[in-house]
Amino acid sequence: MKRLMRWFLLPLIFIGLGIGLTQGYLYVFPPKPAMVVQSASANLARNVGGAGSLAVPTLAQGTIFEVKDGESIQQAVLEAQPGDTVMVFPGTYRETVYIDKNDIVLLGVVQEGNWPTLDGKKELNDAILYSGSDITIDSFKITNYKGNGIMGQAGNNFVIRNNLVIDTGVYGIFPQFGTNGLIEHNILTGIEDAAIYVGMSDNIDVRHNEVFGNVAGIEIENTRHALVENNYVYNNTGGILAFITPGLPIKTTFDVIIRDNFVVNNNHVSFAAEGSIVANVPQGTGILILAADDVIIENNIISGNDSVGIGVTDLSLITDISKDPGSEPNPDRVVILDNIMENNGGNPHGILKDLISVAFQDKGPDIMDTGKGTGKCIADQNRYRTLFVLGADYGLCDRTKYATDGIFTMNLPEMAPTEIAQDVSAADFEHELGKRTYYGVCTGCHTYSVRMIGPSVKSIQALYFDDPAGIASFIEHPVKKRDDFPEMPPQNYLTEQTRMAVAKYMLDVRR
Amino acid sequence: MLTFYTKAILAVGLGLVGLSTSVQANDESDFQLNDNCPPGFEWMAGNRCELRSLYQQYPSIQSQGVGGLKTGLPAYRDGFSPQVIDLGRYLFFDPVLSVNGQQSCATCHDPSKGFADGRSLAVGALGVVGKRSAPSLWNVAFQERFFWDGRAASLEEQMTGPLYAPEEMANNPVNLLNTLNAIPAYQRLFSQAFGQQDAISLDQIYHALAAFQTTLVSLNSRYDQYAHGYSQALTAPEIEGLNVFRSFVARCAECHTPPLFTNQQIAVIGTPELDGMPRDIGAEGPTGDPTLRGGFKVPSLRNIKLTAPYMHSGKFESLWDASEFYTLGRGHALGKDEQIYLHWHIWEPQLTDSEIDRLVDFMGTLTDTWFTPAIPTQLPSGLRHIGADDFDQQQKQQ
Repeated sequence: MKRLMRWFLLPLIFIGLGIGLTQGYLYVFPPKPAMVVQSASANLARNVGGAGSLAVPTLAQGTIFEVKDGESIQQAVLEAQPGDTVMVFPGTYRETVYIDKNDIVLLGVVQEGNWPTLDGKKELNDAILYSGSDITIDSFKITNYKGNGIMGQAGNNFVIRNNLVIDTGVYGIFPQFGTNGLIEHNILTGIEDAAIYVGMSDNIDVRHNEVFGNVAGIEIENTRHALVENNYVYNNTGGILAFITPGLPIKTTFDVIIRDNFVVNNNHVSFAAEGSIVANVPQGTGILILAADDVIIENNIISGNDSVGIGVTDLSLITDISKDPGSEPNPDRVVILDNIMENNGGNPHGILKDLISVAFQDKGPDIMDTGKGTGKCIADQNRYRTLFVLGADYGLCDRTKYATDGIFTMNLPEMAPTEIAQDVSAADFEHELGKRTYYGVCTGCHTYSVRMIGPSVKSIQALYFDDPAGIASFIEHPVKKRDDFPEMPPQNYLTEQTRMAVAKYMLDVRR
Repeated sequence: MLTFYTKAILAVGLGLVGLSTSVQANDESDFQLNDNCPPGFEWMAGNRCELRSLYQQYPSIQSQGVGGLKTGLPAYRDGFSPQVIDLGRYLFFDPVLSVNGQQSCATCHDPSKGFADGRSLAVGALGVVGKRSAPSLWNVAFQERFFWDGRAASLEEQMTGPLYAPEEMANNPVNLLNTLNAIPAYQRLFSQAFGQQDAISLDQIYHALAAFQTTLVSLNSRYDQYAHGYSQALTAPEIEGLNVFRSFVARCAECHTPPLFTNQQIAVIGTPELDGMPRDIGAEGPTGDPTLRGGFKVPSLRNIKLTAPYMHSGKFESLWDASEFYTLGRGHALGKDEQIYLHWHIWEPQLTDSEIDRLVDFMGTLTDTWFTPAIPTQLPSGLRHIGADDFDQQQKQQ
């Protein structure tokens, strides 16, 4: 019995106790499920019927680099290769992250409300700069920068979503010179210019964002094919702007749909920088269309904006900048379909106040127009209080003609190319690459038949006639071969593919 | 061989005393136009030289050639014949184009000074000081307007300015034609470039000079290596500088936009004039638009390290000073109550000294003179190349 107790029952009791304690602990502190990395397609599929090419970004095909509090996000970005994901865990990161390569996913991991936070402490300029294409930036808290939260320079096919952007200086999210982009599910506040500023871009969706307490909420500027949808835009100086800014190299804004947004109480005192374009936006502006063409405004709730619900005007509103003969100044074909507009214009400000008082009114209108542009219409003009000055002329919109029901996205059906479309075979592509490199680089020192700085191509062909790999490896690590020529500088900055392509091309040059 | 050249050139040169006055009946010179395209260009059927560059791999939004690292080029001029380009090279370096044979295009656009002249204000053949700084000619093939105030829409239109302005080369069309038509070597070279003909025409001169200038292509700097994907091409301080450059605090890249580091727009930024000089009205002149008062074409920053002093007035001796201008306060260099429409990107970025240092580091990576054309060792006129420094010395001696 003693032996039974010692060898059988005691262990059982211990095991039982253990199980009891564990169960008790688990009861009080229930376990969390294993972390699941959210997938892009799962998140996007819900949104709309056809989400365009960005529904399936190239996510996490490659290596995942994990960055933990105290480590450097930039270091991981430098090590990552196209196709890789940099996964950032909660913590405070004080850095400017720049992404000068294609196809990188920067993914924050939010744990129990703790965000990976980029904090510039009002000392750093920008949080994230990218110039590559196919970049995704997801789930970061970004605060206290001086320039931008997220700025893109020419990357195509970008996805910026699920970010908290708080007081990051001039702009919050600012893609520029990009084609095909998605900005969604971000919350932005405290920005002294536009919180979401789409500049000189094409085919952009801005949807499901919350923007408040900024000078401008969402600005579509010198951009074509933009959808601004389902955003909650409140307590900014101006809510949603579609602009042409003169003096920029891309001159037009057209094909913009502003639909299903809440544009509410945008009455924040302006804190724009002196001389900035948005300093011209009167406090209390719901939506402002400035010189942009082919804009459809539909099914928004536009209420409580103290100066005006929707303002439509030409470039003369901005009085303090140089004229640009290349910028067509008038808002043409602005289409205002059915919107809920209520309680706008209660306390007009700035230039709108002047215009309103000139019209012997003391209350701002739902819709105001300063008279320039053609082809504009309103679906049901009788619903709204309007103030049209200087002979503004609105027709009756044909709802079926301008119906946007079938438009789910402005994103392209295919990914925007990051290289000039090469409708050619791989061999032809290699030939083209070799040719551009040969003439763009090599001919600085080599001509076909004459000695220049380096030996003639003819003499190189004689040496390597069937050995392009020999040339490719020589140009990567040149060694001094001929006493009567200077040593060639290494061309290792060319990619391996490029070195091989140019070597092959060089062997084929006949002139 | 050299001695033969020397003799031949001496013979021609001696026969050309007084420039347009004497006509050398026999062309004993040895000048030959190059049948090959210059570096950077592929020879194509139709005897055309076409530009090739790795940047042709990339698209750009609305094909405007503005964007970021892997962004394509804007529209450009190419397709000239190798012979016309080479003829343009002789003309470009030949002081015979000025009224008194004292300066060529290359005097104020000197290859050794980034195709500028190293001066604040240009000085003309007659010693008259001009009103603006001579701009660099690198990458003019990609530009859509010319002169600081943007008043010319083509190189051909542009060059009629300096050729005939009294404070520049001070020539006139009649004298220029007479001069060149009186030089047998040029008669022969123009026939070689344009086909057999009786006389040289002004359009041919302009065409050849334009052709040559479009070959001054600089797209192989260390920055370009970085842009094409070689991350080690730039040092850590230079990358830091690139990030300041493109940040929305400094905003340099908003107007000096890659890949050419200009967006080709007119911008009013309010830089100071030289001491005692009145405000240069800039683009208000040709446009008549007072909102463009003090507006100038955004210059490319390629090879910028080579072309001090900076700005339209040549006010700033160094890149550091030129960069510092942008952080000294919006409108700080304007006169009291001066009516000027400053560009909205001119603000108060409060750059630190070390940020300006990094900007200067970065701009240094935009240097590439690999495709600099050879200066002709002899010229058809028999004159010799007069660089910016040679011209300075001549002026001092006089």
